[in-house]
Amino acid sequence: MADSSAHDAGEAQPTSFSFDDESNAEIAVIVAKYPAGKQASGVIPLLYVVQKQMKRQTGSAWVPRVAMDEIGRVLDMPPIRVYEVATFYLMFNTKPVGTFHLQVCTTTPCWLRGSDDVVAACKSETGITGFGETSADGVFTMTEVECLGACVNAPILQVDDDFYEDMDAESTKTLLAALRRGERPKPGSVIGRQTSAPVGGPATLTNIGSNTQGGD
Amino acid sequence: MVKVVVDGIEVDVPPGSNVLQACEAAGKEVPRFCYHERLSVAGNCRMCLVEIEKAPPKPFASCAYPVNEGMVVHTDTKMVRDARRGVMEFLLINHPLDCPICDQGGECDLQDQAVGYGSDVSRYEENKRAVKDKYLGPLVKTVMTRCIHCTRCIRFSAEIAGTSEMGATARGETMEVGTYVEKALTSELSGNLIDICPVGALTSKPYAFVARPWELKKTDSIDVFDALGANIRIDARGPEVLRVLPRVNDDVNEEWLGDKSRFAIDGLKRRRLDTPWVRRNGKLEKASWADAFGAIAEKLHGLPGEKIGAVVGDLVDAEAILALKDLMGALGSENLDCRQDGAQVDRSRRDFYCFNSGVVGIEEADALLIIGSNPRRESPVLNARIKKRANLGGFPVAAIGATADLTYPCTWIGIGPETLTSLRTGSNAFADVLKNAKKPMIILGSSALARDDGAAVLAAAWALAASVGALSQEWHGFNVLQQAASRVGALDLGFVPGANGKGLGQMLGGEVDLLWLLGADELDTAKIGASTFVVYQGHHGDRGAARADVILPGAAYTEKNATYVNTEGRAQRGFAAIFPPGEARVDWRILRAFSEQIGRTLPYNDLDQLRAHLEAAHPAFGRIDAAPRFGCSDLTGPSGNPDAVSAVKFAATVANYYQTDPISRASATMQACTDTYVRPVAQAAE
Repeated sequence: MADSSAHDAGEAQPTSFSFDDESNAEIAVIVAKYPAGKQASGVIPLLYVVQKQMKRQTGSAWVPRVAMDEIGRVLDMPPIRVYEVATFYLMFNTKPVGTFHLQVCTTTPCWLRGSDDVVAACKSETGITGFGETSADGVFTMTEVECLGACVNAPILQVDDDFYEDMDAESTKTLLAALRRGERPKPGSVIGRQTSAPVGGPATLTNIGSNTQGGD
Repeated sequence: MVKVVVDGIEVDVPPGSNVLQACEAAGKEVPRFCYHERLSVAGNCRMCLVEIEKAPPKPFASCAYPVNEGMVVHTDTKMVRDARRGVMEFLLINHPLDCPICDQGGECDLQDQAVGYGSDVSRYEENKRAVKDKYLGPLVKTVMTRCIHCTRCIRFSAEIAGTSEMGATARGETMEVGTYVEKALTSELSGNLIDICPVGALTSKPYAFVARPWELKKTDSIDVFDALGANIRIDARGPEVLRVLPRVNDDVNEEWLGDKSRFAIDGLKRRRLDTPWVRRNGKLEKASWADAFGAIAEKLHGLPGEKIGAVVGDLVDAEAILALKDLMGALGSENLDCRQDGAQVDRSRRDFYCFNSGVVGIEEADALLIIGSNPRRESPVLNARIKKRANLGGFPVAAIGATADLTYPCTWIGIGPETLTSLRTGSNAFADVLKNAKKPMIILGSSALARDDGAAVLAAAWALAASVGALSQEWHGFNVLQQAASRVGALDLGFVPGANGKGLGQMLGGEVDLLWLLGADELDTAKIGASTFVVYQGHHGDRGAARADVILPGAAYTEKNATYVNTEGRAQRGFAAIFPPGEARVDWRILRAFSEQIGRTLPYNDLDQLRAHLEAAHPAFGRIDAAPRFGCSDLTGPSGNPDAVSAVKFAATVANYYQTDPISRASATMQACTDTYVRPVAQAAE
């Protein structure tokens, strides 16, 4: 269960926030998608913009309260409407997170396929003792997420925006070690599975080449 | 109309109605928590489930399901009963069983509906969820564990109050209703959250643990803290008024009430005048009624009428105003005034000083110009009506005067009366908006008249209304928003200087030897001439009493059967909930008794006779609760010269909403509001 501190803005809040040039360019594109007067529809993309900008500027992808106020100002909506959206969706972090945000899916398919091992490996490698915590060195934050929609390749470990699939304890340790070294392994199946095809190669339509792309 | 059959009863409801409304039309009770007829439909409590024939075989949330021609609805089948019982069981999973210590107990929707529609046993043995209480300011107390997430408060603050501060953060098990960032609610209507909360999550902070609803004696009355005349219910126990709640009156206040009207009542118990006082050797001393009357009679002896004056305050009832006017008439005085603010009025026609469109007329208007007024502070409930109209769209609003957040979009097109001239000549673009509107509306604040060029502003506003077509046979779009509950009644009764009478300025300036202040506290008592003998008749030891030579203790609005005329010109009657404290008496009786003492007995012995005189004095008093709306057939304006307006900008009105009169100034709750809302802003501005 998520911690109840989602309901207060927390202590470690910055006192000001303003969009940088890169963000402003993105916002112009987003706001232009909606009819005049309906720009509040852009609140979710703008929360992502904030989170990315915070990642660029502080190394921690999160949405401080002052940034939500700023979104409210830009989109001409009451701040509470922004708070509601930001706290509703778990992909917006209302508290600072580590450099890498480990999001472990523990819903039934992933759990059946061994997500407990992934969680255990994350804990042992980072020193984190429970969900929602950040490692002492500030590099990793581990959270529990609901179904990520990639059940065929369960279990899933999402690092920031990237899915790492078919994880187990060993591959988790390898992945975390690589991240620590500053590497960014290629996202996707860690056992070399082609998209969501059966493990070990196609079992049907076997005459289709292994380099066939989706849609061919 | 759409024909619907509810439990075998055929009803016709307007198209677009929902099933719940059809059930109500058929006289069937449907339990509900989230549905509120004055708020948008949320459909999230699922308590109003009904069964509909020839529809998918499942219960429907009746509040969120539109009616169809020939629909057959059942509100009391096994499926419906089981479904509601199930919903109630879910609602109670996380609701604490703390009814015995809950202030909502006895008037709680959840309590009532759990009895009516719930199960008699609980199957739930797990731990309940606990939620941290929120701080919402000095008026609303929260026990958030009791919240059932109906979101009425969220919708109220966004749609009615117009201050979107409440919201639901996080989700599922962790969802909480609150403000996220801890803050006091900034709405003047926040007390209504207590009424619309169906459970004990939002309760009254000043009334916490004071009484149970069944202990209270309920009396219908009229609010006097602004000129709207909101209908209220006074709940009293013994000699104490414990709380004030709004009464439903769709023509006036719907079911809302301003925070001052609701919470200033603790001021009724403090600084009260409960015995007559007479100033002897420069010091006020307690006295008997006979001594007090004697002192005044002695002063009056041989005093010519022109040396006697009377001023009526803002909270005074029509009965007392007429009695004082008759007493002054008997004494030969024409020195009368009811305008403590010095407003310039033309009482030759009633529509020069009334809110002629009516409060319901706001909903018909399609353009609005506000002149020198801040309706949010002057009458928050009336402002909510404007907000209601603005929510529907197609309602351009412009204002002239000091900028303020009125809770709806408003263009500020000027700061002073010269903008009226530019609107009249058409050089201001908003003139076209008003001209193109079918029912343009102009609201003129009464403080815009309390200036040197007040008469000119009145005439200019009228001339503008005439020039943009706001005055027609069918529509009267010229409105004066008064601030004092007594004002329209006093003007109707002619409590203004007679032909040779002296006005407020002259009376204060020492031109009278005896000045009778009837609840008049909003004038600058320092200006009263040193030799003037001041009689203060009223209920609070405020500014007027401090200057008085004789104090006659009167009754507050909760303590008398009284008539008030609101800004629309609607005469309304309130009833006495409790008796005046100590030696204090009802005001008109004091005046009647004094008249007898000086041998000029007023011609009425009881309230009915007095009210017959009231009716004879002005026909409005014969139409209790009614405010017939008239078009305007005579475009002749008030006496002022519309071109004589000055360039002085309109001042901001009502600096502190929470303390405007003797009662609210005596109230600890209103002081707490002032400390919370007014002081920090004032300090920030410095």
